[in-house]
Amino acid sequence: MAGPSLMDSLFQRSLDDIIKGLRLTPPGTESTFIGKSLNEIRREIKSTDPATKATALQKLTYLHSLHGADMSWAAFHSVELSSSAAHSHKRIAFLSASLSFNPNTTEVILLLTHQLRKDLSSSNIHDVSLALSTLSSICNPDLARDLTPEVFTLLSSCKVFVRKKAIATVLRIFEQYPDAVRVCFKRIVENLENVDMGVLSTVVGLFCELTEKEPRSYLPLAPEFYKILVDCRNNWVLIKVLKIFAKLVPLEPRLGKRVVEPISEHLGRTGAKSLAFECVRTIVTSLSEYDNAVKLAVGKILELLLDDDPNLKYLGLQALAIVAQKNIWAVLENKELVVKALSDVDVNIKLEALRLVMSMVSEDNVMEICRILISQALKSDPEFCNEILGFILLTCARNFYEVIFYFDWYVTFLGEMARIPHCQKGEEIENQLVDIGLRVKDARPQLVHVARDLVIDPALFGNPFMHRVLAAAAWISGEYIELSRNPFEVMEALLQPRTSLLSPFVRAVYIQSAFKVLTFCLSSYLKLTGDNASYPSPLTDSVPKTNNEGSLDTVACQSLSETELDNQNMVVTDGQTPFASLGTSHLTEESIVALVNLVETNLGPLAGSSEVEVQERASNVLGLIKLIKPKLHDCLDQSEGDKMKVEPNASEMVQVIFDAFSEDLGPVSLNAQERVPIPDGLVLKENLGDLEEVCGDMKLPLSTSFSLVKPHMVDATSIPEWQSKEESEPSNESTSLLAEHRKRHGLYYLSSENKGMISNDYPAAHDPKDKAVDETEDLVKLTGESLIIKRKPNHVKPRPVVVKLDDGEGVNVALKAAEVKADLISGAVQEVLFGNEATTSSRRKSSKKSSKQREVDELNVPVPESKNSTMETDKSGVGFGGSGRRKHHSHGKERKHRNSGKDKEHDKKDKQKSNHGDGKHKSQQRADGDLAVQSPVIPDFLL
Amino acid sequence: MGIRFVLMVNKQGQTRLAQYYEYLTLEERRALEGEIVRKCLARNEQQCSFVEHRNYKVVYRRYASLFFLVGVDNEENELAILEFIHLLVETMDRHFGNVCELDIMFHLEKAHFMLEEMVMNGCIVETSKSNILSPIQLMDKAS
Repeated sequence: MAGPSLMDSLFQRSLDDIIKGLRLTPPGTESTFIGKSLNEIRREIKSTDPATKATALQKLTYLHSLHGADMSWAAFHSVELSSSAAHSHKRIAFLSASLSFNPNTTEVILLLTHQLRKDLSSSNIHDVSLALSTLSSICNPDLARDLTPEVFTLLSSCKVFVRKKAIATVLRIFEQYPDAVRVCFKRIVENLENVDMGVLSTVVGLFCELTEKEPRSYLPLAPEFYKILVDCRNNWVLIKVLKIFAKLVPLEPRLGKRVVEPISEHLGRTGAKSLAFECVRTIVTSLSEYDNAVKLAVGKILELLLDDDPNLKYLGLQALAIVAQKNIWAVLENKELVVKALSDVDVNIKLEALRLVMSMVSEDNVMEICRILISQALKSDPEFCNEILGFILLTCARNFYEVIFYFDWYVTFLGEMARIPHCQKGEEIENQLVDIGLRVKDARPQLVHVARDLVIDPALFGNPFMHRVLAAAAWISGEYIELSRNPFEVMEALLQPRTSLLSPFVRAVYIQSAFKVLTFCLSSYLKLTGDNASYPSPLTDSVPKTNNEGSLDTVACQSLSETELDNQNMVVTDGQTPFASLGTSHLTEESIVALVNLVETNLGPLAGSSEVEVQERASNVLGLIKLIKPKLHDCLDQSEGDKMKVEPNASEMVQVIFDAFSEDLGPVSLNAQERVPIPDGLVLKENLGDLEEVCGDMKLPLSTSFSLVKPHMVDATSIPEWQSKEESEPSNESTSLLAEHRKRHGLYYLSSENKGMISNDYPAAHDPKDKAVDETEDLVKLTGESLIIKRKPNHVKPRPVVVKLDDGEGVNVALKAAEVKADLISGAVQEVLFGNEATTSSRRKSSKKSSKQREVDELNVPVPESKNSTMETDKSGVGFGGSGRRKHHSHGKERKHRNSGKDKEHDKKDKQKSNHGDGKHKSQQRADGDLAVQSPVIPDFLL
Repeated sequence: MGIRFVLMVNKQGQTRLAQYYEYLTLEERRALEGEIVRKCLARNEQQCSFVEHRNYKVVYRRYASLFFLVGVDNEENELAILEFIHLLVETMDRHFGNVCELDIMFHLEKAHFMLEEMVMNGCIVETSKSNILSPIQLMDKAS
């Protein structure tokens, strides 16, 4: 690119020309125009003539700011022009800098240091003001450190115009360079007594920002804020002061007593809605125990709700949502208004109302509220309808279905919800249906009923959002088939032709469920005929044989299959389940053969499916059928000729597969994997290069993204195939493998047999100590559950037990990280506490709040500046600081000790705290000590 | 930081002024503006002036063909921000005399300076119209 020529300077287009040109370009060609202009600018900006350069930069800034043109390449030109003597050029330069510089990456920022310093000490207040605004937008740690002295001087400038800007800039400097707090803090506090509204508003705004992040440190300033609250009549300032008190009051109850009156007074007096609303918000958030004030505030909220202005209505609802947390009566009193707002024209208002309604939900009213909301959802547009459904699902599932007492109702409700035409929450409904199936045993019969209604309805296949729900329904139908009234009907539903509309993954679930149903029917049939001794058949003969053979096999296997068999016997012979009573009539040989044929015809074509999931499952089922079919024909023919040769395998097979399916699946903790102890001698970090050859001939596990397909289910289904290939292997082998597998993981599945499953023959993958721990944990869980039940004595029947995992599901991982962090933090805190001036620089990176805290901590330490003495006398706290620090320190230590304790509750709490970021955690620790020191100070002043 | 950004956008959704009080990259700005403008411009007069977007609360107000959108953090007082928008418009009105979109387009810098006088670092520092305008008038006189 050529350098700027004289022609460029003479005929340079002005910013106006560019704007006009842009307006004239036909739509779609702007980018060409901008590109051309940028080329011009690139030339012009190199000009030595400041005016040309300034215009070029001005144009560039415009294109950058409004048209997204990149101007990072021009950063140096901004710096260059900033030293221009002409104020107008300087303005252009600084504006471009503040609009385009990235404080973290723009390297030339440091070149501005000198110019900024010069301008900050200039006698021209406009130069100073310009430098301050620039600094506040491009400030980085280096600039902040280098320019703190200049800004400090300006904090007490006699010119209000620059003083207020300096105060506003200081906030940014604190953020970037926390040590600046020690220098500037006292001057800022002094400004709280300034009479100029501009200065006062700025300094209060500054404290408002600081308080938001770490309120505790500013408690000592409460008297100053109080004075402003009482004396000031400027609404902007009052709003900010109210915000400060909203943060301080919860930390110091005595403060609430003092401020509740003036705040109520403001609320009654003011005509400004903004101030009134802030008063309301402060009262309902922080002064909720002062009934009179809350009543006043709720009255005001009612006014807002009744107002025609949608803004006020929205805010009224928001305020009510805050009230709801502590004074739910206020919401209940205004229930009609809230429900009315659900059908407002504004979706934002509707959403607020929805949130509010959901906050009212409790065990007693959940059914009613859900009914209202569903009728609302049916009337609403699809988007809001789904919002409602999402909220319902979220609220009902909260904390393991805490608010649900009647699970039968809830699962039916989920089924209805899925059928709402606009419903797009299929995935969530799917998850909950399956989750309830796993967790709530008592809900299963109704769940199976709901699932049956879903799978049997051919109309539902048309809606793709339904597919996930159908997957859940199919899974439930298969998994809990023994609770079904009519397995044949379920089988037909699972195989209906329209399943071809489903996605492969859902289809795979369908096939898998059909597999389970088939196994169940066959097995029941075997049982039935087996019990019925008057009707000997080749198949039934083999059943007792299986049992006998089983008893000769491994102990684990026997115990497993026997329990299963016992269960099954009970089911069939006692006739307690609907199926058993109904089923005897269905379970004829004809019906079984018809069933097998039906499955075979329908799944046959799928064995050639291009989808692996579908294909594999279909061939599993077909494999079983192949095995079983000859026997069935034998049965029909009543020919008992050569049955002994092959038949044990077939019936055993059915039994084995059925056993595999009939074990309860429990919820699996997210951390289950983590809790599996690492066996001795297993080096996890070993090079996995030779893995390929080890696993070469193994079938790779199918990685399914589909939630219903559990890994161990895949294991179970692959057994028949594998077995049919190697018929010579004793069939019980698979069962024992499975048993081992379950034993290894059984603890984490939380099935009812958990404890019984621990047997000695398994190698010590986990040592007894682990078991003990787990057992105690189980015990804890059990007692917890019994407590839950006891808590609701007024209900006629106890709430069904919801299986919860003892470790709070998914907390562990984060917890550990948090603990490590907390350790680091307390280490840093100690360093800060014991550190002397030499470590100051290393502390630069510590958060602003902590150094603010340090500032307060060091009140009593003789520091050259006089600020501390002022503050000390202010607070009349003579010499408390030293002990405070010591006290504080011990406090921090105590915390750490407690952290390392086993108390999970506490750990959780701690974790929540540290979630807010390390800085906060740190200051929280510091603050604990501080409160003890500072709290007695305030009342002296206030009272 | 109370105020996170101030945007002025016309009916067609074109940005006429954009001032951010925290650094965002060009792509982030463009994405944010696009989303917010789409959300706010679709709303009508009967709907409230507050829109939640990402972690911002956007308070907006329409004046003739121009939308004034202010992004604040959740702690900010929405009504006060509405008042702030009104103050900004009044101030511009006083300076330009019945301010319109073109005034802001052709005097973008001045608009920025006014804003600079009113807001620094996300905090409102000046609410008096004459105080806001006096440096700009001085500048006008000088040039």
